[in-house]
Amino acid sequence: MSSLSPLLFLILVPIFSALFILLGANPRSTSILGSAVNLLFLLALVVFFRPMELGYQFVSTFPVVPHLGISFTLGADGLSLVMLFLSTVVTLAAVCVAKTPDNNPRWYYASLLLISSGVIGAFASVDVFFFYMFHELALIPTFLLIGIWGSGDRQAAAWKATVYLATGSFILLLGIIGLYLIQPIGTRSFDLREMIANAQAGLIPDAPGVYLLLLLGFGILVSLFPFHTWAPQAYACAPAPASMLHAGVLKKFGLYGLIRIVAPILPDSVQRFAPLLLVLLVCNILYVGYITIAQRKLDWMLGYSSVMHMGYIFLGFAALNQLSLTGASLMLLSHGLTIAVLFALCGEIRERTGTLDFSELGGIARICPKLGLAFGFAAMASVGLPGFVGFAGELLVFFGAFASGEAKMGIVDGVEVFGFNFYQIATICAVWGIVISAVYMLRAYRRIFMGPLPERWSRLPDLSGFSRASIILLIAVMLILGFFPQILVNLATPSLLVP
Amino acid sequence: MISPIVLEVCVVCLGIFLLMAESFSVKSNKVVLAHGAIFGLLCVFILSFFIDASPAQMQSSGFYVVDDLAMFFKRFAILSTIVTLILAVDYLPVVQRLVPSEKPGAGTGEFFVLPVFTCAGLMWMASAADFIVIFCALELVTISLYIQVAYMRRSLASLEAGTKFLILGALSTGFFVYGITWIFGMTGQTGLAEIQRNLTINTEANQMAILFGLGMVLVALGFKIAAAPFQFWVPDVYQGAPTPITAYLAVASKAAGFLILIRVLEPFLTVLAFQPKLILVLALLSGMTLIYGNLAAIPQINFKRLLGYSSIGHAGYLLAGLAAVGDAFAGRAVVFYLCGYFLMTFLAFLVLIPVAKATGGDDISHFNGLARRSPFLALGMLIAAASLAGVPFTVGFFGKFFIFESIINQHFYGLAAIGVVTVASGFYYYFKVIRAMYWMPPAEDAAPVNISFLAKLAVAICAVLIVVLGCYPQLLIQALP
Repeated sequence: MSSLSPLLFLILVPIFSALFILLGANPRSTSILGSAVNLLFLLALVVFFRPMELGYQFVSTFPVVPHLGISFTLGADGLSLVMLFLSTVVTLAAVCVAKTPDNNPRWYYASLLLISSGVIGAFASVDVFFFYMFHELALIPTFLLIGIWGSGDRQAAAWKATVYLATGSFILLLGIIGLYLIQPIGTRSFDLREMIANAQAGLIPDAPGVYLLLLLGFGILVSLFPFHTWAPQAYACAPAPASMLHAGVLKKFGLYGLIRIVAPILPDSVQRFAPLLLVLLVCNILYVGYITIAQRKLDWMLGYSSVMHMGYIFLGFAALNQLSLTGASLMLLSHGLTIAVLFALCGEIRERTGTLDFSELGGIARICPKLGLAFGFAAMASVGLPGFVGFAGELLVFFGAFASGEAKMGIVDGVEVFGFNFYQIATICAVWGIVISAVYMLRAYRRIFMGPLPERWSRLPDLSGFSRASIILLIAVMLILGFFPQILVNLATPSLLVP
Repeated sequence: MISPIVLEVCVVCLGIFLLMAESFSVKSNKVVLAHGAIFGLLCVFILSFFIDASPAQMQSSGFYVVDDLAMFFKRFAILSTIVTLILAVDYLPVVQRLVPSEKPGAGTGEFFVLPVFTCAGLMWMASAADFIVIFCALELVTISLYIQVAYMRRSLASLEAGTKFLILGALSTGFFVYGITWIFGMTGQTGLAEIQRNLTINTEANQMAILFGLGMVLVALGFKIAAAPFQFWVPDVYQGAPTPITAYLAVASKAAGFLILIRVLEPFLTVLAFQPKLILVLALLSGMTLIYGNLAAIPQINFKRLLGYSSIGHAGYLLAGLAAVGDAFAGRAVVFYLCGYFLMTFLAFLVLIPVAKATGGDDISHFNGLARRSPFLALGMLIAAASLAGVPFTVGFFGKFFIFESIINQHFYGLAAIGVVTVASGFYYYFKVIRAMYWMPPAEDAAPVNISFLAKLAVAICAVLIVVLGCYPQLLIQALP
């Protein structure tokens, strides 16, 4: 056993905070303190991280089931560090935004912290098996959070999400077992490093069945069309911090897994089934996009929009080249931050007005200018305006995807042709998605914040206290990284193994 | 060193001694008996670690084997009896109410003594290597269980359960004996080792006849382990029986059934002509059991009945592990799963009894608001339900994972596909309990939930073990035979 990884600390802080809360510590201050410590600790790790080195750093390993090659291996490289940053920042924002409920506040905060430790554990794991296990840690807390403290038809939403997620993750588990078994006997391991080494040595045969299991499993978790129906409902009904963590961070698990595990190990299958995935992701963008436009309530609209945006990241994965994967990684972060701000603001509005129906709201920016400004920023970021990380991510994804596939344009084999391949058609559709998101975001902004102010909303308080601080924090991160996306590109690129 | 047979003798003596003490003592507090039994069994458990592991004279008789598997199951039986007795202590008021007697407390002593005899039968079964010995041990277990199931004479449900269990149990015994006679007729032996020798030497024997006999034996064992299509007795018997006995049936009796299954199938699986057929039969049984147990559990509202269906479902996973016998790890995966099943099922029952006592019923709705009335018990049940459903970081997850790793390795893709459906439905029905405990408000007039110290200790130990083994299963894997 090597020395202990500092990443273990990141996982344990939320767990111990949750335990202390259950044992009687003040729920709110303990969770804010724990998350803040975690974020600071992560920033310290970033300082000690050596971006020029390839491979994982801060590695520690502890065999758990030796005969199956399962070990509790922690480690971080650039991309996982980015995801860890996202997790800790959103956790801090989520617990700050959280409004202590009247019933059972201890379990409320403990559940949030358990979700947080689950995602941190997943992103810090090098072992595929523990990567999976940590993700599942969030299952029961999510069920409790939506079911107890949700709004609307919370029970149906909680059931639906739980059954979908449980099914998806079991299919994923079968896929992971398949991934283990297609490795040659003797070198089988769940360690991602060894899996990739096997793949690079050409020892892993192409396995379409395993790929489809993984795609289906990850796809259900990421709400890939047509398995997306759990997501909008769950996000709409969940309390704001739960939506922030779930839509912002937890859902990125699936895409991270595809980029991290599937792309380097089964690239041939990815390319073989690319047309299928492209069709599905275009449905994600266009079909779900149009559904988003049709929404009449802000929470449902945000839920659908978060499903829609997954389509871009899937496009980055499907195109499978350096540019598009980098873009996809950037979008993992940008979408996580953006949707977290949006759900936080959505929760703030719900708390103030008690309704999220567009037809009842209006003119709120006049009395809550800060709320309006923050929503404006987040809406712009969600659309992908330059100045926010999302812009760089989308741009890279589109460039990468358009360049992918065999050329059908220009001079091919001495003949001048003009046509589009699958990737290019999908890219064109995806670009149209930007227009769609602009439509619904701007319309939502207009319906909520512009226009005449109804009399009954004339005394709403503006953002203040911890919520304001956490939203400023998220927007600041979005802007800083939006102006200097190269920081992220430099971090993420070495960890992307392009076949 | 001590001869292994001493363990069984000790347990039987303990049982007889307790029975005498019960008859001749004037004390009306029978809980002392339970504590005595628990203490005695603990002593036997400790004694089991000082056993001479290679008693040549016993092995050579062919009746009685003492291998790692046998020792493991003897300990398994002792521990499950201890937990059953702890449950029984908490359950005593219900038994007192439902057993007719002149003065309060009379007629309840045997309730604590009978499990000890069952335990002796289970331990015997663990070492049985001959069909005759298997049969005797099986009958000792089953007959003492008949009495325990029907123990509450004023409860119609208990009597009904007892009758059902008796009739179907007797039927399955008939199948068992009939199967043995066929196998004996074809091989001329009842000892498993001799049968294996004869099968390998004499390959000309009438295979159809042997398979027919084995099929009959499988029917009887299918009844024991509650595999579909021999599972009809389970829901009613589980619901009607006294709750500690339900737990005992669900864990110890089922585990013993699996042990016998492993022992009986071993000689036949080594014969190449039988192997594919047997594995096919096991896979089919497993598939049916998985589907029936899990899908039928979905609409249940009574928690005991739900656990009955869930025990059918778990038998399906265990059978799947047996079907994957070609995988080197499959055997240990099955035993690992049984241990996990022991922990999580007993934990669920340990929580169920005080809750049922406080609320007067064992429906899922009686768990409403438990999180606020007794956070400790609610947390225990949360861990049990999560583990039964197979959420990671619990022992139930690793159990399922090992089983599915084995069956995919053996290319049983159909079973894996069934697993997707059954695991998903498992999440649904186990989470119903979590929902009741955490989402629902408690009933207004609910009595406080009381729990004895021993039961509390058992809840804590089970819960901690589930989580610890869920994080580091190697602890248990090392100890497996």
